[in-house]
This record gives sequence, C-alpha cells and structure tokens, in this order.
Amino acid sequence: MMEQAFFLILAAFAVGAALSVIIQRSPIYSAFSLIGVMACLAATYIMLKAQFLGAVQLIVYAGAIMVLFVFVIMLLNVRKEENTLDKHRYLWLLALPFAATLIVEVLYTILKVTSDFTSLPEMAKRPIIGDSQSIGYGLFTSYLMPFELTSILILLAIVGSVILARREKE
Amino acid sequence: MDIYKLIEWVVKIGIVFLILMHALAYIVLLERRLLGFIQMRLGPNRVGPFGLLQPLADGIKFFFKEEIIPRDADRVLYILAPIVALVPALTTIAVIPFGDTINLFGREIELSVTRVDISLLVVLALTSMGIYGIVLAGWSSNNKYSLMGGLRSSAQMISYELSLSLSIVGVVIFSGSLDLAQIAKEQMNTWWGIIPKWNIFTQPIGFMLFLISVIAETNRVPFDLPEAETELVAGFHTEYSSMKFAIFFIAEYANMVTASAMATLLFLGGWHGPFVKDFPLLGPVYFTLKILFFLVLYIWLRGTLPRFRYDQLMKFGWKFMIPVALANVVLVAALALFLF
Repeated sequence: MMEQAFFLILAAFAVGAALSVIIQRSPIYSAFSLIGVMACLAATYIMLKAQFLGAVQLIVYAGAIMVLFVFVIMLLNVRKEENTLDKHRYLWLLALPFAATLIVEVLYTILKVTSDFTSLPEMAKRPIIGDSQSIGYGLFTSYLMPFELTSILILLAIVGSVILARREKE
Repeated sequence: MDIYKLIEWVVKIGIVFLILMHALAYIVLLERRLLGFIQMRLGPNRVGPFGLLQPLADGIKFFFKEEIIPRDADRVLYILAPIVALVPALTTIAVIPFGDTINLFGREIELSVTRVDISLLVVLALTSMGIYGIVLAGWSSNNKYSLMGGLRSSAQMISYELSLSLSIVGVVIFSGSLDLAQIAKEQMNTWWGIIPKWNIFTQPIGFMLFLISVIAETNRVPFDLPEAETELVAGFHTEYSSMKFAIFFIAEYANMVTASAMATLLFLGGWHGPFVKDFPLLGPVYFTLKILFFLVLYIWLRGTLPRFRYDQLMKFGWKFMIPVALANVVLVAALALFLF
C-alpha cells in the first residue's frame, strides 16, 4: 500500500518534470527539469529493488551527463530561447509520425505488460535483476558480446572526440 | 515494521544530525585556530574560553545579517541553489557506518543511520548531485565572477570525479563488496598481530589518487578554483549573504566530513582499532579520531600550499590523474587475479 503511494507520487513528479523539460523557455530550467526526471527514475528503480541501476542512473545520467549539458548552456550563456520555431514549420511533418510511432510503442508495451500482470508478492519471489551481482554476471556471461562491442564503440567515440579537439587547435 | 524500529531510526537520525551540525561549527573554529597557529597569529580567541563560543557568535551574526538578492538574479534558482548544495551533503551521512553493532536495551543496534547494500555507490551518486548547488548559484546570481566560478566548478567536478571513481575500483576489487561496512570489516585483521590490514598498505597508489581527487571534489585548497578570491572575488557565492552564504559553508564542511569518512572507511580500516572487538563502543571513537586526522590534513594543506592555475588543474586531472588511476585499476585487477 505504502509502496503504491510512493510510486504514484514519484510518477507524478516524473511526468511533471518531463513536461517541464519541453514547456520551459529557458534552457537551464529545462536541463534541471531533466535532472528531476532522472532522479525520479532512479528512485523508481530503487523501489523495484534494482538499487544498483538506481545508483548508476544517478551517477551517470544525473551526475555526469547532465553536468556537461549544464556546462555547455552556461558556457554559451543562453538566457532564453528565441522563438525560432516558425522558420521550421516543415518539422511538424516529421514530428507527427515520430510522435505517433512512440505513442503506439508505449501503448503496446502497456497493454502487453498489463495482460500478464503479476502481483507484487509474486514479483518478490522472482530472481532479482537489478543488483550489482546479477548485472555483473549477466554482462560477463550471456551478454558478453554486446558488452564488448559497446565498449569498442565507446572507445572509438573517445578517440574521435580527441582527434576533433586536436584538429580545432591547429 | 514494528514501532521500536521506527523509534530507533528517529533517535539515530536525531543524534547523528545534532552531532554533525555541532561538529561542522567546531571544524570551522578548528580551521581558523589552526590556520592562525600555522601563520603565527592567534586566530579567534575572544568569545568564551579559547574562543570556544565563536561558532555561536558566528551563527547569530549570520542570522541577523541583511539578506540581499541581486535585482537581475534568477530568484527561483538563486534561492534553490543553497538548498541543492546542502541536502545531498547531509543525506550522504545517512549511509556512512561508524561502528559495529552494539547491544543496547536488549536490541542489536547498527551504528549507522541506515544500511544499504551499495552504500559506496549511494555516496558517489549523492555527492555528484551536490555540484548542482554550486553551478546553480553561479548561474543564477547574474554576475560574471559567479558564472566563472560555476563553470570552473562543473569542469573540475567532471574531471576529478573520474579519477575518484577509478581510485575506488581497486578497493572494491580487493574487498568484493560495494557496502562500506563490509569494506571496513575486510580490514579488521592484522598481519603478524601488529600491522593492521588496512587498504592503504595494499594499495598506496589508490589512496593517494583518492586523497587528491577528493580534495578537488570538495573544492579545497589547492583546488579551490571555483572560489579563488584573488581572481574571482568569491566565485560562485559572491552574491550570497546572510544565512544562504552560511549554508554553502555548512555544505562544504559536511562534504569534507563525508570525504574524510570515506577515506577512513575505504583505506584506514573504518572504525577498527585495538580492543574494538571487546568494546564495540570504542569503534565510533576511533572512527572520529581518523576523520579528525583527515580534517587536520585538509586544514594543514590549506595553510601550506598555493592554489593551482586553472589550466594546470585541468592538465593534472586529465593527463596525470586519470592515466595513473587507469593503470592502478589494471595493476590491482592483475594482482587480485594472480595472487588471491
């Protein structure tokens, strides 16, 4: 009962913050709303007993990536977004199909999940999937290949960014 | 959940909070007196015996100062910033264990506000949230110096957070746990009955990296670039006055306590010391003494070292700290694989 109440509060905060990300005119407010969304997501993970995921969500997304976002916004010193949307009216044509796809996707997932809904006590009996042990085990056994490929991809990205940064200097 | 558990929690939170707030006030006094001693002057010694009531006087002064909000400041973020700085700084203390379980009124009581399996990650996550307080303060004040302070702070935090996390990886590999209490317990025994099995002896490189990174993360000398007074007036808190200014200071000192507690738990064996097994209440005493050691070290550094230049700071972080930290991870992993 208490878990449900907490979940509803968190969900409300998350949705509110997510709306705020796109409604705010000032980019810095949008960025901080996004941090709010991520903090709410992390709390939801922790409530689902995926503590490791929750902590990593905070460290990586809210703690590291968003600092970069905020850093760039501050560096450019953007106070308020100018209304440039009118010039890109054709973007609406692109935005509609994308939004429709996303909504259909979400609806499909919701319908699928609610159809094989399991009660909380039953969920508790299932093996935990979000703690450090199970994630580490998964990464180095069944998902070793994707894991290594991703790390190569990230390494390439790092090398690329270093090269780009050096070229700018000359 | 039984009612006794709830009472236990409330009592623990109350005690830890009270001790922490008083300790923070007296760390400021310690810093001022010790700096005075280093610089061959007296320091504050007028209020009460040896200046012991100085924190009280400071507190009263802060409450009665005029509160100024710059006209063009972003009011919401300006007021939010000190709160964002303080809340994570104080919350972090909740997961830090300061002793083993003790037996009180027939109940086993764990000496930590709450016990989390991944307390190490929780501490890292919460401290990385604390940056936003400084960044927000710098942004919302509408002041060049503040903005520069905020910018520097965000760049510095990202750079040194990497080497901080990497330096901890070695300890995690050795102890096989992300739980601070468990990590401390792994260091309980001794070699040949004299030398304690502290991680500082098994991985000195990791310890040095951790110490340097953590000083940079807490914005202390020689890494206090965000508030470099000779070039930035006071950096991110230039426009803050009264209690809001004080809150930034409380947050900074709370972060220092957290950092010292982390260093103690990860590398100096936490609350372990002679006779702790027989008298568990000695644990918190040792723990406090070790934290005090690191705090004095902080102040000592402040009295001794000049400040880095900004490009030196960045170069040092990216071109020295991170490569060494990476090499240390490889070294420790190899040792763990082949020796244990």
